[in-house]
Amino acid sequence: MNRGPVIFLGAFSAMALSWVGLIVQPQLQLGRSPQTTNTLNPVELYPQARSGLAQQGLQVYRSLGCATCHSQQVRQDGTVFDVALTSLGTNIAELVQAVQKVNPALSPAEAGKLVDMTPQIVLRGVDQATADTAVTNLSVGGAKAAAQLVALGPDLARGWGSGRSVAADYLFDQPVQLGAQRIGPDLANVGLRLPGRAWHFHHLYDPKAVVPKSVMPPYRFLFEKRKRGPQPSLDALALDGPSPRFDAGGTRTNWTSPDALKLSAGLAVPGGDELVPTDDAQSFVAYLLSLRADVSLFERPLSVVPPKPTAQATSATAAAVPLPAR
Amino acid sequence: MSGTLAPAPVPTATEPAAPAEIDRSCRWPVLLLFLLAVCWLVIASGLTLVASLKFHAPRLLADSAWLTYGRLQPAAANALLYGFAVPAGLGLALWLCARLGGVPLRLPGLAFGGALVWNVGLKLGLLGILLGDTTGFEWLEMPRYAAPILFAGYAMVGVSALMTFKDRRESQLYVSQWFLLVAVFWFPWIFSSAHLLVSFRPLRGVMPAVVAWWYAGNLTVLWLGFVGLAVVFYLLPKLLGGPLFSRYHALFAFWVLALFGGWTGIPQSAPLPAWMPAVSTIANLFVLVAAVAVVLNIRRTFTALPRPRSRFPLALVIFSTVGYGVANLLNTAAALPSVAAVTDFTLFTQARTQLMVYGFFGLAMFAGMYHTLPRLLGFSLPSVKLMKLHVGCALAGVTISVAALALGGVLQGQALNHPESAFLDSLRPGLMALRLSTLGDTLLLVGHVALFLNLAGAVIGWCRVAWPPVFAAALRSEAPEVAR
Repeated sequence: MNRGPVIFLGAFSAMALSWVGLIVQPQLQLGRSPQTTNTLNPVELYPQARSGLAQQGLQVYRSLGCATCHSQQVRQDGTVFDVALTSLGTNIAELVQAVQKVNPALSPAEAGKLVDMTPQIVLRGVDQATADTAVTNLSVGGAKAAAQLVALGPDLARGWGSGRSVAADYLFDQPVQLGAQRIGPDLANVGLRLPGRAWHFHHLYDPKAVVPKSVMPPYRFLFEKRKRGPQPSLDALALDGPSPRFDAGGTRTNWTSPDALKLSAGLAVPGGDELVPTDDAQSFVAYLLSLRADVSLFERPLSVVPPKPTAQATSATAAAVPLPAR
Repeated sequence: MSGTLAPAPVPTATEPAAPAEIDRSCRWPVLLLFLLAVCWLVIASGLTLVASLKFHAPRLLADSAWLTYGRLQPAAANALLYGFAVPAGLGLALWLCARLGGVPLRLPGLAFGGALVWNVGLKLGLLGILLGDTTGFEWLEMPRYAAPILFAGYAMVGVSALMTFKDRRESQLYVSQWFLLVAVFWFPWIFSSAHLLVSFRPLRGVMPAVVAWWYAGNLTVLWLGFVGLAVVFYLLPKLLGGPLFSRYHALFAFWVLALFGGWTGIPQSAPLPAWMPAVSTIANLFVLVAAVAVVLNIRRTFTALPRPRSRFPLALVIFSTVGYGVANLLNTAAALPSVAAVTDFTLFTQARTQLMVYGFFGLAMFAGMYHTLPRLLGFSLPSVKLMKLHVGCALAGVTISVAALALGGVLQGQALNHPESAFLDSLRPGLMALRLSTLGDTLLLVGHVALFLNLAGAVIGWCRVAWPPVFAAALRSEAPEVAR
């Protein structure tokens, strides 16, 4: 009896199930999803397509295989809730008692200090039910409180993002470059973290000049050497001057000559020349700067840091802390 | 198939067609596939070595775009996968189809041509990756102009294998045939549908990444896994001279893998709806059950039968089985959310891939090649020393690399999960591991060069034996011309 066809058909249908389950079904769920709505600013649709230059930069990113070492996915372990007082109402004494009831760890003096000004976080790191109860308990004498969500996880603590990456972030990326390794840091929000173009140009040309212990290879072929004209070219990395210093946002702080870069030993280029980023480098950096997923979505509610407390403790002027979607 | 629980018969191929006749029919296509596989293996390990040297000196060869790490590493991985693994697997699949079916290979010319076409596509694809035409998806990097050529090459070899299977003269199917039939058929499906949805008619957003993960999972479990297991299930009883412990264990593994193997690819960290990684976790657990069945089956077969005098390809088969078990254990561990929180995005992933592709599949292929080559050539390989050097280097190299990457990956992941330490500090154990794995890569390269030399020596020797009669005949026919 020839069982070949039976075995073949049986096994083939068994395996084809995975095709249906992992390609057809996700395509129905994700592949046609439209832009989604920002939960904080419902007028704004998310994501917006990247600029043309940034889209060209994505092709440079793909072609150089940057995804071999860099991921673009931020993970999140979980969420907790903070409870903030947003307005104090009229009965401060009752509010102090309510605050103490909500957060028994506070001494009356501390509780009293907390109700001095708004918005002020009175309870940190609790689950949603506790936060909701606290919000109810704090609504005494016209006082108002709001629960706000805080996303947790080592990636977020590193400053790689304010919430986890979700499928919607990549809607317009063609091809999407998720990456599977973190030999270099995650780049999902590099545009937020390091918004300085000059920093990126210097880092691409000579990573060690900017990040001394970096193991990233230099991308010198993204720059061309030109004879220096009367004026430096736009974005040119001048070759003399002190080593560049950047603030946390990647903006040059020591401006002696435009974009001067002190290159590490062995990379110096003879004087009289300047290094100019090629079109590829320009679009590449535009792409890096476009990497920012800082929009609050239904599936990725972002915590909103309340504005700095002010001494004017009147409820009328207190800024409202937006309530994140659950 | 008998309905009793009697042990499966040893794969014998004596009745219908004489083994010598079958080997002769397989000679050209299978030898070509093996030669290509071994050449690409040397190239792949050379590329891997150069790529891994970049972790010692990032500035090394950094001035040309085509030598940057982000291109070299995918090129090396593709050369290993599509240069070595697939051709070697196809070569053994052809030979096993013919031997187990008791029939000379059908359409050997088509298979030979297919190997050449595949090779053209591969060269074009690797060149494309080095020039920056990669699709950007792991294991699907082959640019769109190379993928159809590869597909055509595979299809030509595949048709030959399937025709041979169809015309088989042995009525009872041996388990290896099940695995081979399905793997040979499944590859065109996953390869074409993945390339179609990733580079020809790309889906939107994250979907191409999902397709790439699905493809990688399928290729690992259902192609590399199935072809490798077919070879192991064939070779072990053959080398021991007894029956496989249990046909039903093997078929149980087959069906479990066929049902769940394709679902395993989605990593836990993926920015996808939560059900998708969860499904992969469950599928991985089932695959582990199948792997346990396979390992037990091999172990019982091994312990039940007397040891043969020659331990040689047998040791490779055993190590390959161990590799299969451990690789599946690591894969399943990495599919558990709590473990994945540490191991995702680290070198642990590379350790898993290397163990599966090289530690299991590669070693099984080497065992199969050392078993079949003397039969195809008609004499044994010229140097036992080179053979021992290759096997020693392969085993030591893969053990060092995988152990270093796995351990380094765990340490790296733990450091990554401590945000108070700087990011670059999390790389320190990783870099240590990468540098150790350079040692492993060097050993592998030495081993592969030994294999290449041995095979080249055999081919040259074979030409010496085979061609003098041809020359002699040519000279004889030439002689009257001269006299005239």
